[in-house]
Amino acid sequence: MDVILFLAFATIAVVCGVNVVLQTHPISSAVSLIGVMGSLAVLYLLLGAEFIAAAQVIVYAGAIMVLFLFVIMLLNAGEETRRGRSRLVQFLGLPLLVTLLGLFSYLVLRLFPNASHVRFGAFQGGTPAKFGRVLFTEFLLPFEVTSVLILIAILGAIVLARKEIE
Amino acid sequence: MSQFYTTTDHFVLAPALMLALFGCAILLFDFLLFPNPKDRKWLTMFLLAGEAFCGYGLWRQHSFLISNGIGEITAFQGSLTMDGFALFFNWIFLIATVVVAIVSYNYLEIEGEHHGEYYALILFAQCGMFFLAAGTDLVTLFIGLELMALCFYVMVGFLRGERRSNEAAMKYLLLGAFSSGFLAYGFSIMYGVSGSTKLSDVAAAFAARDPWDPMILLAVATTSVGLLFKISAAPFHMWAPDAYEGAPTTVTAYLSVASKAASFAFLLRIFMGPLSTSRPVWEPLLAAVAIATMTFGNLAAISQNNIKRLLAYSSISHAGYMLLGLIAGNRTGLNGVAVYVMVYTFMNLGAFLVVVAMRRKGIAGEDVDDLAGLMHKSPGYAMLMLVFLLSLAGIPPTAGFLGKYYIFLSLIETGHYTLAVIGTLYVAVAIYYYFRIVKSMFIPEQFEPAPLSTSLGLRLALGVTGALTLVIGIYPEPFLRMAQTSLMR
Repeated sequence: MDVILFLAFATIAVVCGVNVVLQTHPISSAVSLIGVMGSLAVLYLLLGAEFIAAAQVIVYAGAIMVLFLFVIMLLNAGEETRRGRSRLVQFLGLPLLVTLLGLFSYLVLRLFPNASHVRFGAFQGGTPAKFGRVLFTEFLLPFEVTSVLILIAILGAIVLARKEIE
Repeated sequence: MSQFYTTTDHFVLAPALMLALFGCAILLFDFLLFPNPKDRKWLTMFLLAGEAFCGYGLWRQHSFLISNGIGEITAFQGSLTMDGFALFFNWIFLIATVVVAIVSYNYLEIEGEHHGEYYALILFAQCGMFFLAAGTDLVTLFIGLELMALCFYVMVGFLRGERRSNEAAMKYLLLGAFSSGFLAYGFSIMYGVSGSTKLSDVAAAFAARDPWDPMILLAVATTSVGLLFKISAAPFHMWAPDAYEGAPTTVTAYLSVASKAASFAFLLRIFMGPLSTSRPVWEPLLAAVAIATMTFGNLAAISQNNIKRLLAYSSISHAGYMLLGLIAGNRTGLNGVAVYVMVYTFMNLGAFLVVVAMRRKGIAGEDVDDLAGLMHKSPGYAMLMLVFLLSLAGIPPTAGFLGKYYIFLSLIETGHYTLAVIGTLYVAVAIYYYFRIVKSMFIPEQFEPAPLSTSLGLRLALGVTGALTLVIGIYPEPFLRMAQTSLMR
């Protein structure tokens, strides 16, 4: 059951990912990206990382992608114009991609010959309670410093985008 | 104080805490107390007060380490380590920040973009650098890096009315985000191999494996790409000339010294920590990068007419020299990197400060020709510029000679003769383009009648950097001792 679910959603993720690149209209690309995020969330859930899965849906598929769509619509971005591609890309692009993927899969197969590393449902630490405990003990400092980081992001947006009132 | 935020944690974090608090306070005061633009000089005073508190925190840590005879204090369950190394780099950041802050008032007034946020951004950037020098946890280091980089993205684009500044900020942001992605990928592999984000655990896991293990190769490759981008080493240097040229000159000065010093602290922490056992993998890689960096930096600098661009290429080539010390890897070499970073901070800051003084109302003062006749109009500035340029070229008795001396000594000690010869040859090239500026200064005519823009802060800053450049060159003992203790483990 786990394997079937994994294969199904992994395929959806890859197909959507390829679609993001292939679509010429930015809105279609963004919607495909939501598909990638959603299926990734299911993969996290299969591994037992409940909190990450929920955060993935709420933050990425929800907040960030909606913001993406808003920006695309506000900018009124139209269809991508096709520019002349170089010959090198046309002829070598696909073979090189296949070679790279082949190399990666060979590497993974050689490194992990028996797929015993991934066990669905064996991981128990993904609940919000356990996650929060780690966040506020072991990773307390990075967690708190992130708040300064977000403050700077807001500050930067204000500095670069404000209107002069003087 | 709970068990998750102990007194030790507070003691170690105090300098960064002060910087962040004063940064927030500046934002608040700029809005509440000083609505009148004329009152902004108080913000500089306020920033200096913050730096005083930060310096006091660092000094207390320093004396604690010495009086108890221990090498390091760890805090936050191994996320932060305050040792001689972190202290040494934090003093450099503090001096660079103070120098940049006191010259900024006048410059930003001339540019017409004087906002209180600038001072907060400087403080937050220094806060990020603190974590880069003191962090011993992958997550802390990464967040420290982003904290610093985000401040710089905004500061580079601070001149919103100028297209060059906007373009520079955009390029820096996009390429910086891209390289951070590589770094995060490398860190995720480190975590995957070791199951921990602490540098010491990662080092133990990496030491247990063969250095030619594909996972380790991948981790070394991706991490190196991210780190080499941050120190603007070739072939990842393309962003530096554009960002340096477009940014406000005071920000360029800060970016070229403090950001580079912090990135080097980060690089040393990673390469001498988790990746130290993979030396056979990265040593040839870094040697190739160092040669390429010196080549690109020095050769491209020859044809530049814009001083900021010229100094940008020269700072790229200096990154190449610093990498040579890491490649040698013995005590002299690492010591040499520390000395080089310190010396480079003072001399490069000084050179950029003279360029800051050249910016006057209606005169950009960024071309090499704009310096023509400087010797006859303002001999003081011209002499200081001469000292900085001699030092950048590495000619005794200035400080720059000392930095290069230790780097080359370590290369010879470890038998890297080819690298030493190449490095020495490029010094000759560097002398050529630095002396183009000198030649321009000594031409007798065509200098705009407008006097240089001086201020008390600028004169003070130039005096300090100039004096340090000369003093380190002539009487190096105390500074060498400082660099040596920084690497004591």
